[in-house]
Amino acid sequence: MSHATAPKGGATVKERAELALNNEFLRKAVKFTTERLKNGKLKAMEEHGNWEEWRERGRQIRLHTIAHLDYYLNQFVENARANGVHVHFADDAKDAVAISLAIAERKSAKSVVKSKSMVSEELHLNHALESIGVEAIETDLGEYIIQLAGEAPSHIIIPAIHKNRYQIAELLSEDAGEKLEADTKVLAGYVRRRLRAKFLEADIGMTGCNFAIAETGSMVLFENEGNARMVTTLPKTQITLMGMERIIPSWSDLEVMATLLPRSATGQKLTMYMSGITGPRRTEDADGPDEMHIIIVDNGRSLQLGDPEFQELLNCIRCGACLNACPVYRHIGGHAYGGTYSGPIGAVLTPSLQKNVAEWDDIANASSLCGACYEACPVKIPLHDMLVYLRRRKVEAGHGNKAEGAGMKGFAALMSRSGRFNTVVKLGQIGQKFVARDGGIRLKVGPLKGWNTYRVLPALPKKSFREQWGTLEAEIRAGLNTMSPDIKQRMEQAVQNRAKGGGHGHGHH
Amino acid sequence: MKASLFITCISDAMYPRVGEAMVRLLARYGVALEFPKVQTCCGQPAFNSGYWNEARASAKTIIESFEDSDFVIAPSGSCTGMIHHYPKLFENDPVMLEKAKALQGKSYEFTQFLVNVLGITDLGATFPHKVTYHPSCHGTRLLGVKDEPLALMNNVRGLELVPLPHAEDCCGFGGTFAVKMSDISGAMVNEKSDHVKETEAEVLVGLDMACLMNIGGNLRYRNEPVRVMHLAELLYEGVKGA
Repeated sequence: MSHATAPKGGATVKERAELALNNEFLRKAVKFTTERLKNGKLKAMEEHGNWEEWRERGRQIRLHTIAHLDYYLNQFVENARANGVHVHFADDAKDAVAISLAIAERKSAKSVVKSKSMVSEELHLNHALESIGVEAIETDLGEYIIQLAGEAPSHIIIPAIHKNRYQIAELLSEDAGEKLEADTKVLAGYVRRRLRAKFLEADIGMTGCNFAIAETGSMVLFENEGNARMVTTLPKTQITLMGMERIIPSWSDLEVMATLLPRSATGQKLTMYMSGITGPRRTEDADGPDEMHIIIVDNGRSLQLGDPEFQELLNCIRCGACLNACPVYRHIGGHAYGGTYSGPIGAVLTPSLQKNVAEWDDIANASSLCGACYEACPVKIPLHDMLVYLRRRKVEAGHGNKAEGAGMKGFAALMSRSGRFNTVVKLGQIGQKFVARDGGIRLKVGPLKGWNTYRVLPALPKKSFREQWGTLEAEIRAGLNTMSPDIKQRMEQAVQNRAKGGGHGHGHH
Repeated sequence: MKASLFITCISDAMYPRVGEAMVRLLARYGVALEFPKVQTCCGQPAFNSGYWNEARASAKTIIESFEDSDFVIAPSGSCTGMIHHYPKLFENDPVMLEKAKALQGKSYEFTQFLVNVLGITDLGATFPHKVTYHPSCHGTRLLGVKDEPLALMNNVRGLELVPLPHAEDCCGFGGTFAVKMSDISGAMVNEKSDHVKETEAEVLVGLDMACLMNIGGNLRYRNEPVRVMHLAELLYEGVKGA
């Protein structure tokens, strides 16, 4: 099993990003699809008309549920058990895998068909099933493709986003043993035929869970291909993997989530299929599994419970909107993030699920903190703030970069006294004479290398603002216009509003 | 009523002309900006890198610099946005927390002050050029500065504003990000410059010199003859001749 080793393509995000940046196919494919999804979302928001209100409602539902997670989890489990579901709890990936394998062994299963589940990716479950001789088949088209390629998903909802049509045709042709045309219909048609047989012979159907409804103990799946329907109706046994935070209290809350999730993910008003499943097949049901298991997975999630800086991370509904909005993701794709989850949510989630700070890689640094993720998030998770908190926690735990730490000590010394700052600027004005030409510095050495590989650094002007201030101030005072009563009144009003606690608005939280 | 200029370290050392334009523009309306010389940097490089003790040293200097000001005005949405993080930075220090909140409440990005406080959108400026505008991330997303610069530009005679494709995309600066993740940052700024070039604008204008130093430096590296200016500079140039 290769999944336990360092992520593909290098140990650091820089090395992995380098690979992606040099891969024109990948960059084109990722850019094309993220743009399509992002624009789809914007259009859907506009058509919806009251997006901000619903977004706030979604956030409130998630905040409330997570604040009372123990209560709603209990309610969900009691109801699911009353419906005849076997509910299991898994503290970590090892537990969840062991529970899944035990069920497969008890059922003497030979094959498992799976619909898309990020939790199962988190557990590396396919490898585990294969290790006991059980064939695991991904049935979501994108998942099927990356399974053939032996890769991990590079996007939460579009697992094979990094591949173009021709690369996919090549993979599927190899699978089919015949040359398939690089035509979407032909390729999808092939996979449909191939999977049909697999659905019919599978012993176990395995799914993820988009939402778990506490009031009835039901689980809800959103999908576009119908494969999850097959997975949950044909095999005799169903196993559902759900993160412990997937809960929402009621079906009326689902209305809000069903409004937010598809629109945020793909710009659809609703996915082609939305299935609500409440227990195994009853005698009067035409189809469905005879036996149903739900494995509720913690695997690091409870670390965020009660942590004021990170609890909101549990509000995530895994729509992928932050990936599509992220300018960094667009250039480096998902694999550069090195974990199961990619993009801004992955950059925060991957370290957050890992208690040991020493083992965090530098993924939280792969962000310009532009806030596009927060703006795109349908439940307003402040990911850009969390990225900074992660960086701080790493530094506080003594795992910061040593040279950077020393540099920041210098920064603090410099910036706590304006005299020192002034001296350094003056030294720069003198020192740059050796390197500046035509008001610019093009030298590509030391700390300038990264910057000047793509840019020209402007040279410092002869005098800083503070050096010019004396002259400027004298000039201004001499020629100052008198203030109009209107402006005077406006300024006074602004100060009064502040005293009343009004202040002036800012867009953030 | 005391209005102070928070010049920001980057404009102080590298773009003093931006500070000068702000001071001269506001003087036309009788607002005499003060310049407390003890100010330095907002502390954002340290804050964003996770060095909060070091950021606090810087933040303390800024808080003290403007303690007796009624308005603190900066030519940057990002550095003003950093002031909005000060309460979090001092959440365990009740005395500093109060001061941090007070500073946050009276801090303005330049166009916020001009448009929202003073109520000025038409400065009587003329600038007969084709201009495109990059809305910087922190100003738009953290402070909500969206309409203010557009209102100001729409009232400039002769100014032809060409929309920048994918304007909302980050330019790739991100402070230390540009150095630490230089190749990702480079890919981002290259894309931004491509979009600027598409507009065929003569002038790229913005509200944050850090972003403009990034895009402008890349444009210059690629020998693209686009003039890069802060909106305060553009407005001042536009009223100087008028």
